[in-house]
Amino acid sequence: MSVVAQDVADDRDDDAIVAPTARWRRAARWLRRNPVSAAAIVVIGLLVFIAVFAPVLEPYKPDVPDPMAVLKPPSWAHPLGTDGFGRDVLSRIIDATTLDLSIALAATLVALSIGMVVGALSGYRGGWVDLIVLRLVDVLMAFPAFVLAMGITAALGNSIANVAIALSMTQLPAYIRLVRGEMLRVRTLEYAEAAVSIGNPSWRVALVHLLPNCLPPLTVQATLAMGYAVLTMASLSFIGLGIAPPQSEWGSMTADGATYMSTGEWWLFVFPGVAIVVTVLAFNLVGDALRDLLDPRLRGTR
Amino acid sequence: MSALLEVEDLSVEFATDDGMVSAVDGVTLSAKAGEILGIVGESGSGKSVLISAILRLVRPPGRIVSGRLRFEGNDLLALPEAELEAIRGARIALVPQTPRTSLNPLMTVGRQVERLLRLHRGMDKRAAREAAIAMLERVRIPDPKRRAGQYAHELSGGMCQRVMIAMALATEPRLLLADEPTTGLDVSIGARILELLRQLGEESGAAIILVTHDLGVVAQTCHRVAVMHAGQLSELAGVDELFERPLHPYTRALVRSIPRIDQQIALQPIAGAVPSLVNVRSGCRYVRRCPDALAACRRQRPPLIAAANGRRVACHAVEQSNVVR
Repeated sequence: MSVVAQDVADDRDDDAIVAPTARWRRAARWLRRNPVSAAAIVVIGLLVFIAVFAPVLEPYKPDVPDPMAVLKPPSWAHPLGTDGFGRDVLSRIIDATTLDLSIALAATLVALSIGMVVGALSGYRGGWVDLIVLRLVDVLMAFPAFVLAMGITAALGNSIANVAIALSMTQLPAYIRLVRGEMLRVRTLEYAEAAVSIGNPSWRVALVHLLPNCLPPLTVQATLAMGYAVLTMASLSFIGLGIAPPQSEWGSMTADGATYMSTGEWWLFVFPGVAIVVTVLAFNLVGDALRDLLDPRLRGTR
Repeated sequence: MSALLEVEDLSVEFATDDGMVSAVDGVTLSAKAGEILGIVGESGSGKSVLISAILRLVRPPGRIVSGRLRFEGNDLLALPEAELEAIRGARIALVPQTPRTSLNPLMTVGRQVERLLRLHRGMDKRAAREAAIAMLERVRIPDPKRRAGQYAHELSGGMCQRVMIAMALATEPRLLLADEPTTGLDVSIGARILELLRQLGEESGAAIILVTHDLGVVAQTCHRVAVMHAGQLSELAGVDELFERPLHPYTRALVRSIPRIDQQIALQPIAGAVPSLVNVRSGCRYVRRCPDALAACRRQRPPLIAAANGRRVACHAVEQSNVVR
C-alpha cells in the first residue's frame, strides 16, 4: 500500500515539477554515454559558430594578397601558413566555412522539402502519379551523383545558386524514394485507416498524419547528405566547376594546394582537406545520433 | 420511429486472383438512435467489412457492388467524398479493433483528440485542449492531464481503447461503430470498456453498432442482434428473444455452443467452417453445415422474412415450418 502511494507520489513529482530538468538530465546522460556523438555535435556547433562569426574570427582578410608573406609555412603570425598569393590559409578556411555550410544547408533543405511532399503524395496516392514520379526519380538516379552535379553546373554556369541547385538535385531522388517507401509501409497501418475514418481528407492524412512517421530515416539521410553536399561541392570546385575564385572554398583551396604537393608546401592542401574530412565525419556521426534520439520508441530506453 | 441508419441489400465484393470474393451479400439492417445493435458471427462472416462499408471505407480490391446506405436521410453511397469526410468522425465514429496501433505513435494521445476536435469542430488550440482533457476524463481515464501528454506506447491496451472511445465520442456522433472493441483486451478490462460504451451511448443517445464474435458480450450489452454467416444476414432479433428462441439453424447452433456453467451438458461446436466465399453459387451459404437443409436451400437464397416482434430471419426451413406466421 505504502509502496503504491510512494510510486504515485514519485510519478507526480517527476512530471509536474521537474519535467523540463528531467528532460535535460536525460539528454546529458545520453551524451555522456555517447562521447563520440557528443564530440560530433560539438564540432558541428563549432562549425556553425565559425560560419556565423567568420568576419570577426578571421585574423586576416581572406582575399587580400600579401606579397611579403608568400608560401609561408605555419607560424605564430600565420597559424596555417599562407598560399602562393600570400593570403592567410586560416582566414580563407574560416571564410569558406560560411559558404560551404550555407550552400550545403540550402541544398539539403530545398531537396528535403520537395522530396518529402513529392514522396509522400506519390506513396500515398499510388497509381499513375506514383508511376510518373518513380520514372523521373529513375532518370535522376541513372546519373552518378557527381556526374549529375557536374552536368547541371556545366549547363547552368557555376554561380553559387547553381551549385546549390545541382547539389539538391543529387539529393532529391534519395528523399523521394525514402519517403515513398516509408509511406507505403505506414499507409497500411491501422492509424492511417483510423485517420481516414475520422474524416481527414486524403492529402491531410498523407502530409499531416503520416509524413511525420516517415521522417526518422529522413533525418539520418539529410544529415549524411549535408556531409556529402560539402564533399560534392568541394569536388566540383576541385575540378573547376564549383565556386569561382577568388572566393575561398575548401575544394578549390585543396585544388590550388595540390599543385604544390611536389614542392613540399603541405599546409596548402592538408588543412582545407582536414576541414572537409572533419565536417563530413561530424555530419555522419550526428546523423546516426539523431536517428537514435528521434525515435520515440527508443526514448527512455538504454 | 424512423431508423438512423438503414442498410439495404448491401453487397461488397473483393476482386482477387482466385475470383470474386463476396464478403457481404445483400445485408439489410437498421439502427435506431439510442440502441445497441450487435453484429455477431464467426471470423470471416463479413462483420468488419460491413462496418467499413458503412463508412464507405472499403479499400480496393474491395468494392460496394450494390445496395443502399441511408444515414440521417443522406444516401451515403451517392455522397461526394468531401461531404463524407465531414460525416466520418463527426456524425459516424469508429472504435477500432486494435486501439494501440490505431493511434499515431508519434503524437501524444491528447493531441490526437485535439486534432479531431479542431478538424470537425473548428475549435482553437486552447479550447480543443481543454475539451480533449474533459473527454479523457469522461471515459474515466485517471489523471487525464498527464495521460494526454503521453504516447500510445506508454499506455495500456485498455487505456488506449478509452482514448479511442474518447475520440469517437468527442464530436458527439449519432452513430458509433465499434469493431470488436474488446478483442485485444483481457476479459475484465474488456467488460469495463463495454460497460463504458453502454453508459456513454445511453448518455449521448447515439446508436451503437457493436461487432463481436462473443455471444456473452452480446447478451450483456446489446438490445438487438444481427447474426451474420458467410457474408449473409441469418437472423435479426431482440437480444432476449434471440437467446430464448433462436429461429435460424445457425443461430441455434451458436447459442448451443455457448459454454454454460449451470448445466451439465456437453458443448456443441458447429460442424464445418465458414465456407469459402470465392465465386459462390446461389443458395443459402449455410447449407453444408445445416442439419435442416432442404432441397430449396441449395438452389435459392432464402429471403429475409419477417417474424413476430419485428424479427427477421432468412431460412427456407423456418419459412416452411410456419413457426414464423
